Amino acid sequence: MPSDALFTGHRAYRTERMMDKVMRYVFSIVAASTVILLIGIFAFLLQNGIGMFQKVHPFAFFFGTNWNPNALAGAAWGMLPLAVSTLLVAVGALTFAIPFGLSLAIYLAYLAPKRTREILKPVIEMIAGIPSVVLGLIGLLFLSPLVARSFHLSNGLSALTASLLVGITVVPTIASLCEDALSSVPGRLREASLALGATEWTTIRRVLLPSAASGILAATMLGLGRAIGETMVVLMVAGNSLAMPNGFLDPVRPMTATIAIEIREVVMGDLHWKALFAVGLTLFVMSFLLNTVTDFFLYKKKNT
Amino acid sequence: MTTMRKMIVLSSCLFLSACATKGNDNEIVIQGSDTEVQLVSALVEAFSTLHPEAHMSVAGGGSAVGIAALINGETDIANSSRQMKAEEIAIAKEKGKNPQEYILARDGLSVIVHPSNTVTTLTLAQVGEIYAGKITNWKEVGGTDGPIVLYGRQSTSGTFGFFRDTVVQADYAASMRQMEGTEAVVDGVTADTQGIGYAGIGYVADQDGNPRGDVTILTIASTEGAEAISPLNQEAVMTGKYPIFRRIYQYLPDLPAKDSLIAELLAFESSEEGLTIVQNQGFYPLTVEDAAINTAILDSLR
Repeated sequence: MPSDALFTGHRAYRTERMMDKVMRYVFSIVAASTVILLIGIFAFLLQNGIGMFQKVHPFAFFFGTNWNPNALAGAAWGMLPLAVSTLLVAVGALTFAIPFGLSLAIYLAYLAPKRTREILKPVIEMIAGIPSVVLGLIGLLFLSPLVARSFHLSNGLSALTASLLVGITVVPTIASLCEDALSSVPGRLREASLALGATEWTTIRRVLLPSAASGILAATMLGLGRAIGETMVVLMVAGNSLAMPNGFLDPVRPMTATIAIEIREVVMGDLHWKALFAVGLTLFVMSFLLNTVTDFFLYKKKNT
Repeated sequence: MTTMRKMIVLSSCLFLSACATKGNDNEIVIQGSDTEVQLVSALVEAFSTLHPEAHMSVAGGGSAVGIAALINGETDIANSSRQMKAEEIAIAKEKGKNPQEYILARDGLSVIVHPSNTVTTLTLAQVGEIYAGKITNWKEVGGTDGPIVLYGRQSTSGTFGFFRDTVVQADYAASMRQMEGTEAVVDGVTADTQGIGYAGIGYVADQDGNPRGDVTILTIASTEGAEAISPLNQEAVMTGKYPIFRRIYQYLPDLPAKDSLIAELLAFESSEEGLTIVQNQGFYPLTVEDAAINTAILDSLR
């Protein structure tokens, strides 16, 4: 009967409207939960780590040059050698990864034939998928002896070795974000430059790179964040020495590696436990700031 | 019935993972010293042929890891290659534990260098000063001119603490490379002509006491002018003439219940068969005094 058909149709329509509403709620709850997750992690770190600063002055914690939780004459909580180690490895990694990743991006965005690009892009993504423990093994067995021979070191486990390997993990991030930035530069800029008689290289250098600068900077920042957070590689190949490093050839122990090593020996809730959470909190704040700066640059790019 | 049983197994699994120490009687979780992992695994393996009903796991990580697990209530036995510190015992008592000490074996700690190193003997004080960073060049101890590269363990390790407290008697030089395991220390020294490291005898000599060829095991004199002695000399380690020896321990959160599986395990470890395994693994059996210290815990088993 037609009226019946209309009725069921109407009901189906109403159920679907209901579904719309329900799904809208579900999705917004999921979206909100990510914010809650972030705040929750921060609160967790803060709750466990803040106690450290009641016992040790923040200045002494951040700028002390001696980290030795098990010292005979009372523990020393100077985080600076760890932070310097982290920065040394991260900056070293970017020194390799930026030229490499950016060249890759330029090639992909402007120079590569379509076929090559179709092969190269998945290859780069696969590099991102290499487990960092595998890179660590390569570092232990191959790269570290090579570094030792090249620089006449008695042992090749050093900030340099760690930098090279962390650099590999960062390249895909930088390459793909830079490529996005370069590809989004309007084609007419390039055409205009070429039409004015500029060579391809001049066009890239003087027109395209400056136009994509904020995106490239954002890529660098994200790469830096990734490099700072890398744990497994530095745990395996950075050399694990607590002395303040003097250069790239010294063994270092970054913040992430320190947490990973020492968390196993701490008693829940004691000062060492709090100290490690304070280091974790510092890492969190560092990457949070980096991401904020990145977003700032990306936002700026969208509005120009 | 089967569902019922499954439910029980499942819930006991959950319960176990929640608090390992309160688990059922057939489950023993052992964690701690890397030095002891191989020895204890061998003991447990032999023990489980006598007690097939036992479910036991042995994990390393370092003595401090084991002791932390003991205090946190995550392990039934903590292997430790150093004695528990007074403050650790205090914290454990605070958390309702009553730590019991069982001496498992004696271990001589060897000091090793690269085979190309011309130094083959040092005094105990020299070893200490090298690790404290006061002696930094091999020529200061009669070797060829060149910096000394220190290899040691991480602070999670009992060997780290033992060697520092008894040999270095000061903090380690910050430049020491803190290696993940004893094998990594030995590997570091085999590859480094400037290196010096420390390792349990089991890592540098085989069952019959023959040293491995890719490192030199230094002879150590207790004092200047005293006879330098090799840790491969079992007699000297047992009598304490070789100066770097230690006891290695197992700690329990409390006295084991009589006839419990843990009590059986300890009884097995101190039996003739257990002692043979101890020796085959490159450790030395207990002296009479050591065995006497064990009595409290062993008495409780009877």
